[in-house]
Amino acid sequence: MTPSQRREPFWRAFLAAAALLVVAAAICDAALAQSAPFGVPRPQAPAAPPADGIVGWLLAKQAEFYRALSGAIRAAKADGTAVWGLFTLSFLYGIFHAAGPGHGKAVISSYVVANQETWRRGVILSFASAFLQALVAVALVGVAAVLLGATARVMSDVVRYIEIVSYSLITLLGARLLWVKGRAAIATFWQLQEQHTQFQHAHAHAHAHHHDHGHHHAHDHDHAHDHVHDEHCGHSHGPEPKDLAGPGGWKRGLTAIVAVGLRPCSGAILVLVFALAQGIFWAGVASTFIMGLGTAITVAAIATIAVGAQGFARKLASSQPGSGTLAMRAIEVGAALFVMLFGLALLTGYMVNERMFPA
Amino acid sequence: MTRFFQAFFAATLAALAFGPGGAEAHPHVFVVVKSEIVHDADGKVTGIRHAWTFDDMFSTYATQGLESKQKGVFTREELAPLAEVNVTSMKEFDFFTQGKLNGQKIEFGDPKDYWLDYTNQELTLHFTLPLKAPVTVKDLNLDIYDPVYFVSFELADKEPVKLVAAPAGCNLTFAKPNDKSAQTKNLGESFFNNMDPKNPFGTQFANKISVKCQ
Repeated sequence: MTPSQRREPFWRAFLAAAALLVVAAAICDAALAQSAPFGVPRPQAPAAPPADGIVGWLLAKQAEFYRALSGAIRAAKADGTAVWGLFTLSFLYGIFHAAGPGHGKAVISSYVVANQETWRRGVILSFASAFLQALVAVALVGVAAVLLGATARVMSDVVRYIEIVSYSLITLLGARLLWVKGRAAIATFWQLQEQHTQFQHAHAHAHAHHHDHGHHHAHDHDHAHDHVHDEHCGHSHGPEPKDLAGPGGWKRGLTAIVAVGLRPCSGAILVLVFALAQGIFWAGVASTFIMGLGTAITVAAIATIAVGAQGFARKLASSQPGSGTLAMRAIEVGAALFVMLFGLALLTGYMVNERMFPA
Repeated sequence: MTRFFQAFFAATLAALAFGPGGAEAHPHVFVVVKSEIVHDADGKVTGIRHAWTFDDMFSTYATQGLESKQKGVFTREELAPLAEVNVTSMKEFDFFTQGKLNGQKIEFGDPKDYWLDYTNQELTLHFTLPLKAPVTVKDLNLDIYDPVYFVSFELADKEPVKLVAAPAGCNLTFAKPNDKSAQTKNLGESFFNNMDPKNPFGTQFANKISVKCQ
């Protein structure tokens, strides 16, 4: 192997990694640019996002669907069959709303990238968190408004508390990912150093390989010691399907589901209270779950794209075992860091996900 | 190089999926705005008297669980605690009213004369934002908007802005958000310099009011 042959694939992997990190930064920036709430000035003012093109259209559509919801609830009250119109509208609103603000898609996608999850898991996480979100909204309005006759102020306060728990969980989730992925990245870095000094030394290789698995997933090492290193690095760091099926795999996912799904959608709460006032609470409940279904579809699609992009990067990385692996590790660390910063931004009120008019 | 383009393509897809959408909120509360610019006997401006009507869904939410003698009807007295909460907590958002008076940023005092009215299942919040001291207007610019666009403010269709007891020679202009009508053009350069660079997102949804006096 000549030095130039070795270097070229590295740069490819590096570029791929850089591209993904830029994407992560873009999400972060876009999310932070959302607001400068509570008089907290944003350090660098970003350019105003244009309200035309695809973005403007998305924005206009979700506002339009939302606006139409109250009319649809009134119509459903007057005529039972009109409830299908409400359900269609709720579904469309869910799809478009998830494409807009909200932390769900950003956290789920970053979590999936950081853990090198499969797209199937990404989809399941999206649906589970959206379902939980709908469930929380229904439970909140059901218990507070229907059973206790609580005021809007009480409900807003409850949402505020849920918010703090949810955003803390996101921060903790990110911190834990960062800890695990950061250590794995450092281990990979040292492995590379070692490999460099003792290049083509079989014993050192096997030793280094062991270090490489310094993270918490259980791996079957039996096959690995005498194989070609290239193949190994390409795909062995993500959890194998058998890991995912294990109890540990689902427990990991559960934290993400709860962290994201705990905070109910403001729109859903308003719809539920309005349906309650019209005497058709059940229609509001159905509408909320259908909204959740729409949201899940969008979030799942975005998570799938993230998994796909990462798959490309992994392919590129596999062409260069050492530095390629390091680049993949950098992506994981970047995604983990993003989840943590996102949680912190939400928690400190630097970024507002959703809020209520002071009532 | 093909691989690089593949990666680039993937990254672009991901950027499209995440990027722009994240910055966009959509309003959950809709407010129809009527505002009066109030002057004293000397023709000096003393404050802004707002009357904001909320949409039916938010009005229902806001009145949820409130006690009333007659079901579905709320008196001014029954709504008094809610009005109190509204105006006190709006301080955090600068009452969604940003302004410049004779080139100086306006600092409003605490709101006064506030009450809520409930008609046709819609709440209207009345309140007055007083200036710290009355001022003779040469040039007054007001923006009414929510920087994060959670609340949509829109000037009413009929007579949204009035000058009350203004001296002769004052000219009032106003525009709804994204109103590209002739009236907007007449507002002039200084009007658009009034935008707050810290809140670039919401400003595009600002309602603009301008008063020029000779």
